[in-house]
Amino acid sequence: MSRLFMFEKPLGMRDTLPELYEKKYRVRAHLAETFKLWGYQFIETPTLEYYETVGAASAIHDAQLFKLLDKEGHTLVLRPEMTTPIARVAASKLLQEDLPVRLAYSANVFRAQQREGGRPAEFEQIGIECVNENTVSCDGEVIALLISSLKKAGLEKFQVSIGHVGFAQELFVQILGTNGRATALRKFLYEKNYVGYREHVQALNLSSIDKQRLLQLLQLRGGEEVLSSAADIIENGQGKKAINELKELWEVIKDYGYVDHVKFDFSIASHMSYYSGILYEVYAGNVGFPIGNGGRYSLIEKFGKNASAAGFAVRLDMLLEALGGGQLENDTHCIFFSQERRGEAFIAARKMREQGQKVVLQDINGVNSLDAFTKKFAETSFLIGGRSNE
Amino acid sequence: MGEILTMAMPKGRIFEEAVVLLRKAGYKLPPEFDDSRKLIIDVPEENLRFILAKPMDVATYVEHGVADVGIAGKDVLLEEERDVYELLDLKISHCYLAVAGLPDTKMNDVAPRVATKYPNVAEAYFREQGEQVEIIKLNGSIELAPLIGLSDRIVDIVSTGRTMRENGLVEYERIVDVTSRLVVNPVSYRIKDVQIDELVTRLHKVVSMGEL
Repeated sequence: MSRLFMFEKPLGMRDTLPELYEKKYRVRAHLAETFKLWGYQFIETPTLEYYETVGAASAIHDAQLFKLLDKEGHTLVLRPEMTTPIARVAASKLLQEDLPVRLAYSANVFRAQQREGGRPAEFEQIGIECVNENTVSCDGEVIALLISSLKKAGLEKFQVSIGHVGFAQELFVQILGTNGRATALRKFLYEKNYVGYREHVQALNLSSIDKQRLLQLLQLRGGEEVLSSAADIIENGQGKKAINELKELWEVIKDYGYVDHVKFDFSIASHMSYYSGILYEVYAGNVGFPIGNGGRYSLIEKFGKNASAAGFAVRLDMLLEALGGGQLENDTHCIFFSQERRGEAFIAARKMREQGQKVVLQDINGVNSLDAFTKKFAETSFLIGGRSNE
Repeated sequence: MGEILTMAMPKGRIFEEAVVLLRKAGYKLPPEFDDSRKLIIDVPEENLRFILAKPMDVATYVEHGVADVGIAGKDVLLEEERDVYELLDLKISHCYLAVAGLPDTKMNDVAPRVATKYPNVAEAYFREQGEQVEIIKLNGSIELAPLIGLSDRIVDIVSTGRTMRENGLVEYERIVDVTSRLVVNPVSYRIKDVQIDELVTRLHKVVSMGEL
């Protein structure tokens, strides 16, 4: 191991300097404000959780977990996402009354670096969970809130692509007979390897109609019309149920007035294995990775309560990238003062601060390069010298 | 719909074949395309921008979204495991990955060594065979390694097999067939769906015609 330089940080860890901090703060405030207006309540959970409980229940790959040991020898993990800790809290504390619970969070999560740069190992997620409510209205509410909060944050061009875990699952079982036989196809979907998927389908001993149905799955993306194409390739049962749910969801989102931001995509398969129904990803055109994702999950069952929930998480760093630059306007005033007029300067500053004006008080003797320092402020004033010159 | 589609192209061997394919698919690419040294070439008439990258890096550009689509060898996709959609087998640049070495030799029992440009593929392959090997990563002229005693075996790409033959190496096992693929960034796949679907349709037509 090479000797570390003093400026180095662990791989994937980043500093947030004032300008970025301010931008993050504002965007977070827009989202949080919207969540609160929709009646979601913020909670916090610990940064460390047990590996055996939250670590194991989480869908994040084991190799991506930061692990450490506590004094008793238990393995701990830095939380890799927020949904699992919230499922733990919900199951153990919040669901005593068997009522719907609406929760929100903004927290840093940790995922160990596997590759080169460009991916932070610690990043902030902000999101909501609507727990113990399993109507499609609730799925729609969560998606509508996602859209509403992104708009509030100033994001104009984005798209939510919605799929359903149940559809592909059921299609595979209907055609291939057993769940086990579907594993290969599911893996190709998950790996986004459509070439492999097609080759595998062609090699299967199936009627050409069934092969066509399997291949058709890859084409099922677009607006409302996709639902009827999907209905054409599936027989009754769970698959139809998935389509009906999506139909209803479309109506819900239509009533919210947000269908312009929504498309269906039946080929979406998530790395989050806990999703059990509707699931989606959010894309902004100018960012190469999804800025958020969500869906319906039954994760809470792992913590001993029979309840399902819907929620989403937005990656604040990706959202900031999508929102783009834009210089923040500097609105801070600086009063330079000398010893003699210190009292006067303090009073002036207090008055301005009461008006909501940001003020820096700077002893003139503490600055070497006055010109350079002055440039850092929107305005400056000087209370120096023996007597007032106003 | 007028948005520009950025396409990452692999420089070198695959490039020429890919350009032929794109022209066959009806894309009007300017003549200077073929021998330009530029790294970025805009073709405004087709709403396309091409970036010319090292073949090994194509999937990286696409994964990060700085290119919407790209043409990458299956060897690269297997080695790099990038999070991109592999939409179409373009059936160009046929070759395969193989294990080779000096004739009539066995792997060292204690520390079998394998030299390769594809450490991930090689390691995964030998592990599946139930063997733990030591991988030595090289960047080119892999055939040299067994000749001068750096390794017992190599894992390398073989197209005609001429380099191997001329250096007295023989092929032991074939790992996987390789062709070039059209890869797509997951976000672009959804946001620029109309343009990408058109590209796929046009290329697919040309590729399946070639099969007949």
